[in-house]
Amino acid sequence: MSETKKFLYVNRKAPYGTIYALESLEVVLIGAAFEQDVALAFLDDGVYQLTKGQTTDEVGMKNFSPTYRALGDYDVNKIYVEQESLDARGLTLDDLQALTYEDEDDDWAEKDSIKVVSAAEMAEIMEQSDVVLSF
Amino acid sequence: MSQLHTVNKSPLDRNTLESAIKHATKGNSVLMIEDGVYGAMQGTQKSGMVSDAMNDISFYVLGPDLKARGINEGRVIDGVKIVDYSGFVALVAEHDATQSWL
Repeated sequence: MSETKKFLYVNRKAPYGTIYALESLEVVLIGAAFEQDVALAFLDDGVYQLTKGQTTDEVGMKNFSPTYRALGDYDVNKIYVEQESLDARGLTLDDLQALTYEDEDDDWAEKDSIKVVSAAEMAEIMEQSDVVLSF
Repeated sequence: MSQLHTVNKSPLDRNTLESAIKHATKGNSVLMIEDGVYGAMQGTQKSGMVSDAMNDISFYVLGPDLKARGINEGRVIDGVKIVDYSGFVALVAEHDATQSWL
């Protein structure tokens, strides 16, 4: 594989009620091994995946929200979250986990991976992607 | 015949909650479980659907599913009662029939 492709993983479903959120995250981590240009999109109910404070012991399911914090270590640092989707759900950036990465080109400075974008900007990001995987 | 309607999908993803409310008669109960608990949150585009129906229908939400999703009890719409699994069982036992809306 000599050419790097732009991969976009689109997440539109809430966590735990269905398996899509967890499956998507696992595919991202597996795909990270292939060193492509990876970005994640969270829109519609997908924005719920990134919320803080998920405590799952009473529902007998594994809390996989900490795994999102590991994405930065796998060089996945372009995480787009849609503003309109947050607004429709009464959520703000403050309700989401702080996901960060260390920028090797900037003395390993810790930076935010989450970029809140408008739906129009999200459409553009989708348009620019070579491979789009939806969950 | 008082029925319990359970809803397990987010109102911003499907019209399940809307349809369940539309088909619930006066005195019925609606219990939000799994992804349906997002329907119990204040401040969403769909919150009005629940508050507007409260005169005729009793609304409940499953606490463990709220916690799993990181939804603080303080963010639940006023008037929606939070129940645990035993509360879920009690609701089923108290009603004549249970209808699961998927």
